[in-house]
Amino acid sequence: MSDHSSHGSGLAHQFDDLDQQLDATTLGMWLFLAQEIMFFGGLFAAYTIYRNWHPEAFAEASHHLDIKLGGFNTVVLIFSSLTMALGVRAAQMGKNKAVFNYLFATFMLGNVFLVVKAFEYHHKWVEGLIPGPWFRFEGSTDPAVQMFFNLYFAMTGMHALHMIIGGGLLIYFMVQARKNRYHEGYYGPVEIMGLYWHFVDIVWIFLFPLLYLLGLHNS
Amino acid sequence: MNAALAPPPSAPTPSETPTHYLNASYGFRSWLLTLDHKRIALLYLASITLFFFIGGFYAVLVRLELVTPAGDLMSAENYNTAFTLHGVVMIFFFLIPSIPAVLGNFLIPIMIGARDLAFPKLNLLSWYIYMVGGMVAAYALFTGGVDTGWTLYAPYSSTYSNSNVTATAIAAFITGFSSILTGLNFVVTIHKMRAPGLTWFRLPLFVWAHYATSVIQVLGTPVLAITLVLLILERSFGFGFFDPARGGDPVLFQHLFWFYSHPAVYIMILPSMGVISELVTCFSRKKVFGYGFIAMSSVAIAVLGFLVWGHHMFVSGQSVYAGMVFSILSFMVGIPSAIKVFNWTATMYKGSISYSTPMIYAFGFIGLFTIGGLTGLFLANLGLDIHLHDTYFVVAHFHYIMVGGAVMGYLGGIHYWWPKMTGRLYPEGWARFSALVLFVGFNLTFFPQFLLGYMGMPRRYHAYPEEFQVLNVMSSAGASILGVGYLIPMIYLFWSMRYGRLAPENPWGAKGLEWTTPSPPTTFNFDETPVVTEEAYEYVKEEKH
Ligand code: HEM
Ligand SMILES: [Cu+2]
Repeated sequence: MSDHSSHGSGLAHQFDDLDQQLDATTLGMWLFLAQEIMFFGGLFAAYTIYRNWHPEAFAEASHHLDIKLGGFNTVVLIFSSLTMALGVRAAQMGKNKAVFNYLFATFMLGNVFLVVKAFEYHHKWVEGLIPGPWFRFEGSTDPAVQMFFNLYFAMTGMHALHMIIGGGLLIYFMVQARKNRYHEGYYGPVEIMGLYWHFVDIVWIFLFPLLYLLGLHNS
Repeated sequence: MNAALAPPPSAPTPSETPTHYLNASYGFRSWLLTLDHKRIALLYLASITLFFFIGGFYAVLVRLELVTPAGDLMSAENYNTAFTLHGVVMIFFFLIPSIPAVLGNFLIPIMIGARDLAFPKLNLLSWYIYMVGGMVAAYALFTGGVDTGWTLYAPYSSTYSNSNVTATAIAAFITGFSSILTGLNFVVTIHKMRAPGLTWFRLPLFVWAHYATSVIQVLGTPVLAITLVLLILERSFGFGFFDPARGGDPVLFQHLFWFYSHPAVYIMILPSMGVISELVTCFSRKKVFGYGFIAMSSVAIAVLGFLVWGHHMFVSGQSVYAGMVFSILSFMVGIPSAIKVFNWTATMYKGSISYSTPMIYAFGFIGLFTIGGLTGLFLANLGLDIHLHDTYFVVAHFHYIMVGGAVMGYLGGIHYWWPKMTGRLYPEGWARFSALVLFVGFNLTFFPQFLLGYMGMPRRYHAYPEEFQVLNVMSSAGASILGVGYLIPMIYLFWSMRYGRLAPENPWGAKGLEWTTPSPPTTFNFDETPVVTEEAYEYVKEEKH
């Protein structure tokens, strides 16, 4: 998102100083996140409507998700947010080595999340819970149970896609940290990377209860 | 050109050609890898012009088919493809990027006294994204096209259509991101890059209009993106988001689609309104009347525009109460639009008006937009819309706004800033002539469609009853005049790039920072960051002599 080419300090030619550059890139990232909220918002709107129409079917379908794995992944992501925040702090203090280590930890935690997610998807595949003509569900015959899985795959799939993009970005920033790019005056890119990562985590914090924890008080 | 607009003696002579953004470097790479917002604007100009002619080609097919009542030129399927591709190309690949990506890109940094946009690489990226989207669209087009209408309504698009829906959806999805990035870039630039002294309420109204547009682009477009994702998942992977047999509802598609696509109509018209504010003040030689109202009405339109999408769905089975609320809110959107029209008119009042080409376009805009907006109110009427929905009345309504309004504004802007962009003047006589041809052709094309729609001719059919023929022939005849009206500027603008007279810094005697730079500007626009000390449009009225 930022241009650091012309000066060794990391200041791009269109800006007057590093402060202006940091302000601009930060605002840019917030706008990008606003865009992301609207993007996921479409999914959440669809979820809200369909769940309101079919509360029982949704609750029943939700029981087929693995709360333990989902809960584990939630903890993993919260930890990754911590390491990310520490990485930003390290960049602000110009400790490039620590930046690298924290971002690496974040990257690995992200991967753990994705591997667990892949196992969950595989499980659904084996159970025949992938939407489409091959969908098999034992229990309720309400067609809306399939809608739950439509939403489950669309929402977690879009979330996972964002994690993968985040992982790619982390690799880029790890390389930059290796090159000792960051110092007290220039840490903005890591900071806005952090904003992105936290956003993706927060999306999961909403997805977990909405998808995994339905109707628990009844069962 | 009248005396007041004659170039001052300081016009550069060819012998001392200074360096500017066009001759700063040469070769393909210098264009395809440029980070200069002005060059990117020209890349966009070339590409959207190409798409304009592709979209125009399909319009020709539609109008040819409708010359006779029988569906004789094309099969119903081919006709469906023709009007769908016309709509998809014109909306997503021409009109949405038109003014922002060309004029906005070129002018916003200069108007606010900046060296470039906040994120030049992102700007170039957005052009590449646009081109990739365009390529996918071209693929969809050459491998059979798509026949769902630009609205892509489920369940036809998700289940029944055999045409290239997926590729079209992917194309629109991809270009959407170029629109988002442009908007994001503008908002940040306007917030963070203004020259010293350039407070918010000294900004040119063009910049205000783009600010409002950008907010819609950033907040609206992602909703279309996710809607298209759901559509693709349904069509290609058997998910049933909009399929009642699997707990879904096709009306949800319409809600999501219009949640973006109504605001999107303001993405198309707001920038044009920004252009008109510049033109009207410059060619009336007067300070704009009610600056704050015009600026704030752009913001009001952006906000209210998000609340009226249901007026496209009065007959979709949405609840009557929702319909009533959407109807009232749609009437309210008319208010800020009308404020602008009144303010432009008041600006002209007692101004010293000159009838240069851009001003002729501005007049065209004001008249045609007013008709388009008022007929929008007809349609926003719950009861009346039952009669008018999906008839040619709707087609006429939105063409009055999108072609009569947005495209006229675009052409007016292109003429107005052409000397700045290319350093050359266009031939004024031809330009005025073609503006008139466009005006006549436009009205002849689209006014009969109001009558047709009112008489009950539905849209999107390749055949129609005999009694509608006269009006349809008028419309097709008008369309051919309109086509000529577009070709003439194409020719003389191209011609002028080489043979036009050299333009001085400020050929119109206009206010605004862009007119303090050389024509064409240097790569970084200003040698020194300008300091702004006055309000926008401080024109001093000249006495008539
Ligand atoms: C005064 C503000 C406006 C009002 C109250 C208004 C109202 C409406 C209504 C109620 C419809 C639905 C008609 C139907 O399908 O039965 C409609 C359709 C449409 N309007 Fe407007 N409109 C306004 C401004 C605009 C603007 C500024 C544009 C474009 C720049 C625009 C473009 C369209 C388009 C493209 C459609 C048809 C969409 C389709 O079904 O393909 N409108 N308008
Ligand atoms: Cu609308």
